[in-house]
Amino acid sequence: MLNIPKRKNEKKRLDMLQKKPEKLIDKDDVRIDGRKLNELRPVKIEVGVLGNADGSAYIEQGKNKILAAVYGPKEVHPRHLALPDRAVLRCRYHMAPFSVDERKSPAPSRREIELSKVIREALEPSIFIEYYPRTSIDIFIEVLQADGGTRCAGITTASLALADAGIPMRDLVAACAAGKVEGRLVLDLMDAEDKVGEADVPLALMPNLNAITLLQMDGSLTIEEFEKVINLAVEGCKQLYTLQKETLKSKYVAVKEAVKEEAAEE
Amino acid sequence: MTPPPIIVRVKQKRIGELLSSGKRLDGRGLTDYREIQVEVGVIERAEGSARVRLGKTEVMAGIKIETGEPFSDVPNEGVLTVNAELVPLASPTFEPGPPDENSIELARIVDRGIRESKAIELEKLCVEPGKKVFVVFVDVYVLNHDGNLIDASCMAALAALLNTKMFNYELKEGEIKIKAGYTSLPIRNYPIAVTFAKINDKLIVDPWLEEEQVMDARLTMTLDKDGKICAIQKGGYGYFTTQQIVEAAKIAQEKTGELRKIVVKG
Repeated sequence: MLNIPKRKNEKKRLDMLQKKPEKLIDKDDVRIDGRKLNELRPVKIEVGVLGNADGSAYIEQGKNKILAAVYGPKEVHPRHLALPDRAVLRCRYHMAPFSVDERKSPAPSRREIELSKVIREALEPSIFIEYYPRTSIDIFIEVLQADGGTRCAGITTASLALADAGIPMRDLVAACAAGKVEGRLVLDLMDAEDKVGEADVPLALMPNLNAITLLQMDGSLTIEEFEKVINLAVEGCKQLYTLQKETLKSKYVAVKEAVKEEAAEE
Repeated sequence: MTPPPIIVRVKQKRIGELLSSGKRLDGRGLTDYREIQVEVGVIERAEGSARVRLGKTEVMAGIKIETGEPFSDVPNEGVLTVNAELVPLASPTFEPGPPDENSIELARIVDRGIRESKAIELEKLCVEPGKKVFVVFVDVYVLNHDGNLIDASCMAALAALLNTKMFNYELKEGEIKIKAGYTSLPIRNYPIAVTFAKINDKLIVDPWLEEEQVMDARLTMTLDKDGKICAIQKGGYGYFTTQQIVEAAKIAQEKTGELRKIVVKG
């Protein structure tokens, strides 16, 4: 069952809504949330959080709270969309109206349509879709609370949901952004940093294959800076990858323990 | 959509074999563009317009300028809006109806290049801070699809912006009064996009339709006049390695210089 921790106190929530300080990185290279330049936000991942989905996962990365669910492989509706040699992968990235400061209309925006496309293209290389002709695999990503880097956190989560659904994959996909804020290259930008920062580069990686499956950028970087930012993001993805594997493993260790206990009781 | 899978596989084999000996179906080198023709001022009713031919690909861009409200976070700046239409007459695969994910992605790539390079001096398009600003509408109209719509659209949009003339005006009691004469839209940067296709682990620039149909993945890099990267978009179901991305950035730097000379004359 999905377990989202309750709000601790009202003050914290109000702090969150308050205006951001003028400088995002102090002279000792410490960021407003206390992180170092090359540090990820605190990450918590769970798998198998939803009852109906074939696979599901939930992530908290800083203030981001994102749910992903996978249904399939299943029959395609409408039927004419089915492909004779592989599964159809469909993906919907969607933000809840209450996930951002100003209410977001629940209708899919142009941004969400674009992100749904690039996320699908980031996950598809990892799946053996040719094993399931004439079927569809549907991925749903719901952003419950957003604080920058939601497409990346969404990919990290959706990849785990695919694994949780038992779909054969070449590798897990981990995603993370890096960029430039106040002249310094930083990992895993939060919303405040993304808004005023000079550049943001979201990247998704299949770490075992050194395969970059999503790459976007906006802002301004020299080619030398860009190379460094890519390497920074790749390192971030590798850290997330370790967490992803631990999360998956811990679920099955728990199942194994439960089975053992039952057997012992009998 | 794409041709039947078996045809694609046959084509992919042929195109891949040619590429491994450094050749392309249409005789170009791996980093050669097709012939580029840029015409400006093709639509008199639009404030600015351009038609770009990239081989057989043909894209028109029209600029309309209206007054409107600024965004609340930037009350002193004009507004940029980019839209792209994959007009049904341009390809048997384009269908009438609301913009699909491909046209939204195309528009957003063009938008990101112009926005992130700060090409338009939007702060000069403010009439009354917080109340009235000029809205620049860039409408990209694809007339014939023979591959690489992204680069052609970016060039057409830039050429059209450079061609744009705004009426002179004065403010009388908060109302805009049109005066005689025109001034050019204030432009300070020239973003140019270079799109790569990856086929059989080889990178080529300016893929035409046959190559797009068999490519594993696509990568667009937009560079500004100082050779800085201002936007990137990966597309397609394949992946890139870090080395390929760095290599692409270097090729893009060279190519954008050449293309810019064609689009920005004088």
